[in-house]
Amino acid sequence: MKHSRVSPLRLLFLLALVSSLASATHGQEADDGVVSSPPRPPSNLRAVDYPMDKGEKIDLTWDLSLDDPENVSTYLVYRSRTDKEIEKKIADDRKKFIDAVKTAATEGLFGEGWKDRMADLTQEQLTHVREVRSRAAERAETTFSSDPTSEDNVYKFLGTAMPGENEFVIDKLDGKKSYTFMVKAVGTDLSQSAGVVTEVGLTPVLQWFDGEWNTSGGRFWLSIIILVFCGAVVFWILRARSGKPIRVRKIAGLEAVDEAVGRATEMGRPILFVPGIQDMNDIQTIAAMTILSHISKTAAEYDAKIEVPTARSLVMTTARETVQASYLTAGKPDAYNQDLIYYVTDEQFGFVAYLSGMMVREKPAACFYMGAFYAESLILAETGNHVGAIQIAGTAMPAQLPFFVAACDYTLIGEEFFAASAYLSGSPEELGSLKGQDVGKIIVVFLMFIGITLFTLAALTSANPGLSSIFRNMGDFLKNVILT
Amino acid sequence: MKRTVPLIITFLGGVVLIIAYFIPYTQAWGEKAAVFFDVLAAIAFVLGGGNLLKNHLKKVSDRVAGWGYSVICLVAFLVTLTVGLGKIGVNPNTQFSNYAWSGVYDQVGSPFWWLYEYGFKPLTATMFAILAFYVASAAFRAFRAKNFEAILLLGTAFIILLGRTYAGVVLTGFIPDDSAFSGLKLENFTVYIMQVFNTAGNRAIMIGIALGVASTSLKVLLGVDRSYLGSGGD
Repeated sequence: MKHSRVSPLRLLFLLALVSSLASATHGQEADDGVVSSPPRPPSNLRAVDYPMDKGEKIDLTWDLSLDDPENVSTYLVYRSRTDKEIEKKIADDRKKFIDAVKTAATEGLFGEGWKDRMADLTQEQLTHVREVRSRAAERAETTFSSDPTSEDNVYKFLGTAMPGENEFVIDKLDGKKSYTFMVKAVGTDLSQSAGVVTEVGLTPVLQWFDGEWNTSGGRFWLSIIILVFCGAVVFWILRARSGKPIRVRKIAGLEAVDEAVGRATEMGRPILFVPGIQDMNDIQTIAAMTILSHISKTAAEYDAKIEVPTARSLVMTTARETVQASYLTAGKPDAYNQDLIYYVTDEQFGFVAYLSGMMVREKPAACFYMGAFYAESLILAETGNHVGAIQIAGTAMPAQLPFFVAACDYTLIGEEFFAASAYLSGSPEELGSLKGQDVGKIIVVFLMFIGITLFTLAALTSANPGLSSIFRNMGDFLKNVILT
Repeated sequence: MKRTVPLIITFLGGVVLIIAYFIPYTQAWGEKAAVFFDVLAAIAFVLGGGNLLKNHLKKVSDRVAGWGYSVICLVAFLVTLTVGLGKIGVNPNTQFSNYAWSGVYDQVGSPFWWLYEYGFKPLTATMFAILAFYVASAAFRAFRAKNFEAILLLGTAFIILLGRTYAGVVLTGFIPDDSAFSGLKLENFTVYIMQVFNTAGNRAIMIGIALGVASTSLKVLLGVDRSYLGSGGD
């Protein structure tokens, strides 16, 4: 069993242990009058680089103390400090020491709770206090000493291992530094054995692939899932290129795009397109741009006016390029007006305030909300609803979907939003990618089925603890390692 | 050329970020790529500020509907910019007291801080507070029982709302905690609905979103979906 962190329970235990150790000494006479002896130390401490990590971990193993488990309550694991860490520790200790001496000197004058009485002191008394504290600090400076080679300064406590455990994973190490390690056994009477130390220093090695496969947060399984999923998408794109027809179910929200643009044209009112409030590094904004491309092309063909206020200046620049190209494709480059695509503000509610006012004044006939939205979603959609606009929304923010569903005529929910570009373009390649997505869904369903089966079997075989724990461990591995 | 270069940049940027995630040696590349984005965004911010000025000045000049708001916007923008950039009323940093501009622009008590605390924050809070009224009007419309699905939605919402208030606890308080029907107590039933039905629905949506994100990213990286560059040819 490997441990890389101190659990809260262990921390509590450790605190109790450390406080007890303060009074416990080597060879101390126990209450019953029998002289207790510390356990024999663990031996053969080995440190090896942790495989397939990003150069932050080292595996530590040791041979158990010969007194384990009779007279071992825990093992304490330490690593060496770097020179800078030792300097910092000594500086910190010095500061603590001086502060303690200054506090003691002040308490000598005023007793405990002196801080509360400071406000009542006269200027003269305060000057006296300052002098006393200053003299105390000077004394402390000269009396403080700390040996940088002492065990307390050289070794830093990392964590504990229980009796019977002989492994420990040390993480958060600096890949450019060399470390030695020390392990001590603690007896049942809290006396400590001598420390066993690794003979040579070891530096964690940066591996070429961060592919831990058996721990939570490892990237091995993620890489496999990505490869399979991307492979499926690419396969179906290539297959679609070969001319095989691909059928996609009708998405009402996207079918209504032409209707919305046509309505705006008939009414002589503008179309409002809001690409969310995130920047271009958000995939939802990119998806919004792909949809804007199709909508602006339709608007250009219908001679409708499309207005795109943005909350990020980079989005404004991109949207201008996108809309300009769409007008060009529609054969109406002269109709393109870049002033209709403009930056408002980065501030969420400032943006909403502007949009609400603009919608009430200009009364757009059609409103599109595509991209990443937060609390502003309902304010926008309700305002659009009040001005009687036909509204189509699309977002991948699950928390905002109910608001859009309640206030808009059509809502593209999650994956529909990302499928919109493929749907609107009708390009076989893009439609092929949707088929690849379906393969991803099949994998998800398959993994869900396996997980449910494993946990169900674990519950059904609870009468046989061995078998039940096998199923449970497999389920946990799937849930906590493969899918995390 | 106008589309090929952005496509190559997109591809390289995306591939570098993916590689940097899995290969520790290249981690710094990913960080560099992210810095490039920050540089671009910073430049675009100046562009945005210029665009804001131009847009509102034009509105004022043309006297379009609501031009008065543009005047307020311009004044607020310029005053905040001047006060913030000029660090007006900011005390110098104690370490560099000889340098008048060494203080932080948003120092407590400074005019910029004052504008933020007493101008910007109340306005933002006001806009956010309006949300409460919109929630009420949207809920009124969404919960009209016009068909079976709407009735289901209305019923579920009713149970959740009751279960989250003390009224729900009182209404079903007669059911003993240790009885077989304790799950029907509104506070327990609410938790059940949220943990089972709501979580299942949410997860289904989340899985769809995750697959959509991955697929869209791949399409953009491979240049299959170029519509964000416009629909035109080279």
